[in-house]
Amino acid sequence: MIIPSPVRPAFEASDRDDAVIVNIGPSHPATHGTLQVIAALDGEKVKRVDVHCGYLHRGFEKECEAHTWHNLIPYVDRLNYCSALINDFAYCEAVERLMDIEITPRCRYLRTLLSEYSRIADHLTCIAASLMEMGAMTAFLYLVMVRDYIYEHLAGLTGARVTYTYGRIGGLARDLPEGWLERLDEILEQYEVFVARIHGLMDRNRIFIDRTRNVGVIATADAINWGFTGPILRSTGAPRDLRKDTPYLAYGELDFEVPVGINGDNYDRYYVRMREMDESVHMIRQLMEMLPGGPINVDDRRCTFPEKHLVYSEIESLINHFKLIIDGPRVPAGEVYAAHEAPNGELGFYLVSTGDGTPYKMHVRSPSFVHMGGLARLLEGYQLADIIPTFGSVNMIGGECDR
Amino acid sequence: MAAIFDTLQQALGAQALDATVAHSTLALRLAPTELLGTAKRLKSEFAFDLFLDVTAVDWPGQQPRFEVVYHFYSTTHHVRVRVKTRVPEEDPGVDSLVALYGSAHFMERECHDMYGIVFRGNPDLRPILLYEGFVGHPLRKDYPKEREQPLVRYRT
Repeated sequence: MIIPSPVRPAFEASDRDDAVIVNIGPSHPATHGTLQVIAALDGEKVKRVDVHCGYLHRGFEKECEAHTWHNLIPYVDRLNYCSALINDFAYCEAVERLMDIEITPRCRYLRTLLSEYSRIADHLTCIAASLMEMGAMTAFLYLVMVRDYIYEHLAGLTGARVTYTYGRIGGLARDLPEGWLERLDEILEQYEVFVARIHGLMDRNRIFIDRTRNVGVIATADAINWGFTGPILRSTGAPRDLRKDTPYLAYGELDFEVPVGINGDNYDRYYVRMREMDESVHMIRQLMEMLPGGPINVDDRRCTFPEKHLVYSEIESLINHFKLIIDGPRVPAGEVYAAHEAPNGELGFYLVSTGDGTPYKMHVRSPSFVHMGGLARLLEGYQLADIIPTFGSVNMIGGECDR
Repeated sequence: MAAIFDTLQQALGAQALDATVAHSTLALRLAPTELLGTAKRLKSEFAFDLFLDVTAVDWPGQQPRFEVVYHFYSTTHHVRVRVKTRVPEEDPGVDSLVALYGSAHFMERECHDMYGIVFRGNPDLRPILLYEGFVGHPLRKDYPKEREQPLVRYRT
């Protein structure tokens, strides 16, 4: 059976130049993402690349138009599956804005704490994977070990290791279990031990510097033109961070810095992520002190599920529960764009409601997809072997890129 | 936040069909012919340097059918502007913003994939999330969710 090619390359090998066309991916053992790069090479030098994504496209936005607002939470989990909680919270905030709901203080601080905790897990994954692709197996194992502490710890809170489905419109699925914050303290200490080792192994490592310094360089103006946000934009020296620029959740009350790079190369992207994790730990420690008591869900029948024992004992709660499940929460007609600073950059949800229990339109502004649009700028002019570390430093997540 | 929105409403209000602020975003409704000019002014005069997003909303039964929605962010003012324009089903074309923003290349490709909006001036509207030979535009409301077009045939 002949399978037609899913892509039409932007260029072909011509007789005029002696370029060699090399196809990398979509499923290549050295890339941690399903991405196809068609490269025109002059010797080992990359002259031109044509980036194709979409191999993980699964109709997320179409599917969202067929489910109630609550039922989408497991779907948004599967966008950036390295930091699913941030997707949950960004989506919930978008819906809450349409419904004009203000979440409870405890929920606000908990969401902030968990966002930062997720950011650490995401950055650990990104750094670990891109170091491993350059051959640093020890660094990979150290980092992934800490990430696994975090995953198991979050499993204790949410019941799942990766895709948590923990956000709720107007609150959270459940409160912290007993002893959770004590374990958090222990993990943060472990984090510091192992990240110190990574600094020792990598920061002044000749091989690592040769592979990353002055590779995949981009300037601030170019980065903004190509829509780069997050660590890539900050690595160019621009302190652009939504947590500072448009404070949401509890970020306005926290003391933290926005680390920036100098050169906008692979090394700076590595270092910005390392420093951001330290800032996240600093924020989590402040949030543990600030965490207030009280309920985690708003008292609003439009979106909050009634207590289970009430569903079984009184008719109003039973009807309320039934209506929320069958019809979905009634979200007032309107449109909203809400964005959070995800580990990769600006994660935005654009929602259009016509007053129904399901969204009329749902669009995700995913940082990974936008970054793939500018990836060619980071690859062209460097060596073929540089594609792997540069692609790693961009941290493309297929689930979020292809939706 | 309010100050820059006031300035924008005064400066661009004349070209816009309406300009309203909701959920801390200024939303401008424009005629398709005004789009490129307004985007140019947003970028050069008002420092909206980050092109965030373009997508469309399908309103079958309404005339014109498609609403093309743009989001811009200013790294100076830290605010967002939404620009919307309607295009008809028979000629779903708008001017491309690739001359102003590099990031428009991929995002317009996606919107073309999903809704069939033609971005005049974008040199590369090949499929990006879909594949060559895919028939139709899946995010249009008249495309059934269940329709399958597998590139590799199912084993029977």
